[in-house]
Amino acid sequence: MGMTMTQKILAKHAGLPSVRAGQLIQAKLDLVLGNDITTPVAVNEFEAAGFDKVFDKSKIALVMDHFAPNKDIKAAAQCKQCRTFARRFDIDNYFDVGEMGIEHALLPEKGLVAPGEAVIGADSHTCTYGALGAFSTGVGSTDMGAAMAAGETWFKVPSAIKVNLTGKLRPFVSGKDVILTLIGMIGVDGARYQSLEFAGPGVAELSIYDRLTISNMAIEAGAKNGIFPVDEVTKAYVEGRVNRPWTAYEADGDAEYERTVDIDLSQVDCTVAYPHLPENAHSAREGKDIRIDQIVIGSCTNGQLPDLEAAAAVLKGKHLARDVRGIVIPATMKIYREAMRRGLTDIFLDAGCIVSTPTCGPCLGGYMGILAAGERCVSTTNRNFVGRMGHVDSEVYLASPSVAAASGVAGHICHPEEV
Amino acid sequence: MNVQGTVHKYGDHVDTDVIIPARYLNTPDHKELAAHCMEDIDKDFIHKVKLGDVMVAGVNFGCGSSREHAPIAIKASGVSCVIAATFARIFYRNAINIGLAILECPAASGGISDGDQVTVDFDTGVITNVTKHETYQAEPFPPFIKDMIEKGGLMASLKAGKADK
Repeated sequence: MGMTMTQKILAKHAGLPSVRAGQLIQAKLDLVLGNDITTPVAVNEFEAAGFDKVFDKSKIALVMDHFAPNKDIKAAAQCKQCRTFARRFDIDNYFDVGEMGIEHALLPEKGLVAPGEAVIGADSHTCTYGALGAFSTGVGSTDMGAAMAAGETWFKVPSAIKVNLTGKLRPFVSGKDVILTLIGMIGVDGARYQSLEFAGPGVAELSIYDRLTISNMAIEAGAKNGIFPVDEVTKAYVEGRVNRPWTAYEADGDAEYERTVDIDLSQVDCTVAYPHLPENAHSAREGKDIRIDQIVIGSCTNGQLPDLEAAAAVLKGKHLARDVRGIVIPATMKIYREAMRRGLTDIFLDAGCIVSTPTCGPCLGGYMGILAAGERCVSTTNRNFVGRMGHVDSEVYLASPSVAAASGVAGHICHPEEV
Repeated sequence: MNVQGTVHKYGDHVDTDVIIPARYLNTPDHKELAAHCMEDIDKDFIHKVKLGDVMVAGVNFGCGSSREHAPIAIKASGVSCVIAATFARIFYRNAINIGLAILECPAASGGISDGDQVTVDFDTGVITNVTKHETYQAEPFPPFIKDMIEKGGLMASLKAGKADK
């Protein structure tokens, strides 16, 4: 029996000729990631267990992004603890205010993840790097702490769902709409414990940024990872970023999939996930009665330069509706600078938005855009759970940058064609 | 290894944001986290939970964020075991790693009501509903996982393993 792309990468990292779904393996890791929320717990565990060295100081990345710039004294103490740990072990890839970014945008940008690699991160959206043809998955802090010491961890080899993509996206439709459509089809636990293996001729029609958004939200369908084949689009992105040898893995022709889900990209429309689960997918055209108070454009899901460009294209020469707040968050400092250079920042400011330093802040209800009871936000983030962005009686509607921008102008959920 | 306690029952897709809202993630302190456990779906939970109580829920318990603070908050609140129809995978792994006992059992999830008294035998996987006089069979943990939970989690068991050598 052949192997899926995920299974091939896991077999290689486990030093085995082949693996099968359900098998428990011990696999070597190419990178271990943590942020300012999860790393302190990992460091406490690491120190309590009495470890006194890390497996490889070049293969650990610590990114201060969730509550940084520090939102309060306790958050400051957490970042300080991460910094102290990073300096103690001379960690190469420690990113703090000034050079940090949202972790899942920053690591690909810096070439810290390459196709064929195996990555764990103490953040559920670590699955983002599947867009580059890597195996990557979210774990907890204890796993992170143990992996920082050992450089390896155990996995249950996942079975797979094949997502067969055909056709080509229509104007205003993006990777966000594809993944919200997919989650709407299979549900928030539709791929629980499984890998989502994207395939088919439609893959070539998706930019690397569309793919990053899609892989990012694989976890919202319960998946262990969501992986794309490596093609010319991938190679063009990693060239000049990754300066070490890497391997492109391909699924075997006879690889086993538990099922196949077909998506014709030309049939996908702008999609909004209503509260309080990402599976509550609706067309952006049916939201005229849903008045909104805020839009957020950014996050590890949609804070890349093309995301900002898409939002700016809608907002150019327009202004947010009265009483709608607009918060734009470029995901990294490089994107921030490029947005200024290309005039996107001016478009956002002219439209009445603010442009923030990179942070995860509002996405998880940390700071920088918390909602009051009864308030609604159209957000390009990834979760719309109860209380996710603030009060338990507030509501988050997940959408693409174009839809969020259009909704901000209209004052209600709106398809970008309609503004 | 057995536990007995009163059940706190919840529905499907209980996510880590409601188990411990992110606004409290500015501390890794177990007691502080426990003080806000389940607050966004059940304000009274932390006032009514007693040491040894059991949490029971539907499908996909612990979906969402990878925050280990979620199983930590549940364990530090006094809960001895979580039973659900199914668990999200990161939560499942985290719970075992920190030594919080969890069992997948759709029959128990369906049959048990809020306030029931239940006992759990981890050696056999038998869950007994004392209130309703029913039993449900869950898959017991393999010995190495049971050992890890008894020792208090992955790190504690690694440490104990080192001391044994």
